[in-house]
Amino acid sequence: MGEIEKLSYEAAYEELEALVAQMENSELPLETSVALYERGQKLAAHCQALLEEAELKIKLVDEAGADDGVPD
Amino acid sequence: MQTFTVKEITRYIRGLFDADSQLAAVWVRGELSNLTKARSGHWYFTVKDAEAQLRCVMFRNAARTVRLDLRAGDEILVHGRVSVYEARGEYQLYADAIEAVGGVGDLHRQFEALKAKLEAEGLFDPARKRAIPAFPRRLGVVSSPTAAAWHDVITVLRRRFPLAEVVLSPTLVQGVEAPLQIVRALERLNRRDDIDAIILARGGGSLEDLWCFNDERVARAVAASRIPVISGVGHEIDFTIVDFAADLRAPTPSAAAELATPNRDDLLLDLDRLRAGLTGSFGAALADRHRALDRLRRAVVFVSPRRRIALAQRDLAAGRLRLGRATSLKLERLREGLAHKSNALETASPQHILGRGYALVRNERGQLIREAAQVSENERLDVQLSRDRIRVRVEE
Repeated sequence: MGEIEKLSYEAAYEELEALVAQMENSELPLETSVALYERGQKLAAHCQALLEEAELKIKLVDEAGADDGVPD
Repeated sequence: MQTFTVKEITRYIRGLFDADSQLAAVWVRGELSNLTKARSGHWYFTVKDAEAQLRCVMFRNAARTVRLDLRAGDEILVHGRVSVYEARGEYQLYADAIEAVGGVGDLHRQFEALKAKLEAEGLFDPARKRAIPAFPRRLGVVSSPTAAAWHDVITVLRRRFPLAEVVLSPTLVQGVEAPLQIVRALERLNRRDDIDAIILARGGGSLEDLWCFNDERVARAVAASRIPVISGVGHEIDFTIVDFAADLRAPTPSAAAELATPNRDDLLLDLDRLRAGLTGSFGAALADRHRALDRLRRAVVFVSPRRRIALAQRDLAAGRLRLGRATSLKLERLREGLAHKSNALETASPQHILGRGYALVRNERGQLIREAAQVSENERLDVQLSRDRIRVRVEE
C-alpha cells in the first residue's frame, strides 16, 4: 500500500475495488475494518480528485518517436 | 421598382444555390461527355442522360486523385457541389470525385481479393486481437493534425477521460502518399514503450478517399503493431481492410476514442457505488460487533455473582423475617410465663401477707418469734407491719 496521492487512477481504483470486496466477503478484526475503511475513503477521494481535476495533455511525436512540442 | 446589376442578381442566385444543403454534396449518375483536360490540370465535362445534362468542372487537386481511364460515354458517378459560375452565368457541378460505375466494382474486387488473402494468412484471426487497457495512461493517435477526425478524437477524450495523455503521430490520411506515412506513424509510436493503445482516425469520405486504409502495407503494419490498435475510419457503413486487421473496429473516429477510454461519468458513479459498499460493509461490521457485545452483556449478567448475591440477599431477608417472627413469639410466651410467675411470687411475698394484716415479730437479735416460749417477761420485741413498725414489751 503506497502513498495514495502518488497512485495512478488505475492503481487506486483497483485497490479500492479489492478493498471493498475484502470488507464485503470476510470477517475482519475490527481494527482492520477501521483501517480499511479509512484507506478506502482516501482512495475514493483521490480517484474523484483525479477525475475532476485532470486536463487532457497532448503531445506530438517526432520522426524518432520522441515527444516534440504540442500541436494547437 | 428595384433594379439589379447583372452581377448583383447573379450573386443573389448563387447565394440561393450555396445555401442549399442538398446541393452542397451530391452524387450524380450519368454518361460522361465532352471531357476536356485543360493544360492547367482542371477538367471540364458534362454528364447527361436522355432528358438533361449537367456541366461539371473538376479542379486540378481533385482531378489528380482520379485513377480512372475515362472515356466519353462511360457511365459515371460524380460527387461534388452545385453552384453558379458567375462569369458565365451558368450553374455547374464542382466535382471532387468521380467513380466509374464499372470501376467501383473493380475497387470492390480489389478489396475482396486483399481481404481474402490477409484472412487466409490469419491476419484477422480473433485470437490475435489484444484487449484495450481499461484505463489507458497514454494514447497514441495516428491522424492528420488538420483533420476533423483528430479534433473529434481529442474532444471525446477531453470529455470522457482527461486523465489520459495523447500523443499524436501525424500523417496524411488521404492520397497516394498516405499509406507509407501511416505505416511510419504507426512505427514511431511502436518505438515508444509508454503507449497503451493507438487510435487510427480518419473521417468519412469517398471510397477513394479512404482507399489508403485498404492498402496492404497499412493493414500489415496495423496487424504487426506491438501496441493494440483501434480503427476509427470513415462513417458507420464504411468498412476498410484496416478495420479487420485492427484489434478493435470503431464505426467513427469519435467512437474509437470512446472505445479507447472509460467514461468519466461512469467512473464517478462507480466510485459512488464503491463508497457506498465501503460504508455499508463498515456499518455492518460495526452493527455485528454491537449485537455480539449485547449478547455477551446479557450472558454476563446471567452468570454474574451479583445475581447470586441478589438471590442470597433475598433468601437472607426472608430468613430474617421468619427468625424475627419466631423470636417474638417465643419472647411473648416467656413474657407471659414470667408475668405468671412474678404474680405468684408477689402473692407469696411477706409484704403481701403483711398487707392483709399479718405482722412479723422479731427479738432484738432479729430472730423471728414463732412461739411464746421464745420470749421472756419484759423482753423487747420488734413488730413489723405492712408499712411501718412498732416496738413492744412482753408483759406475761
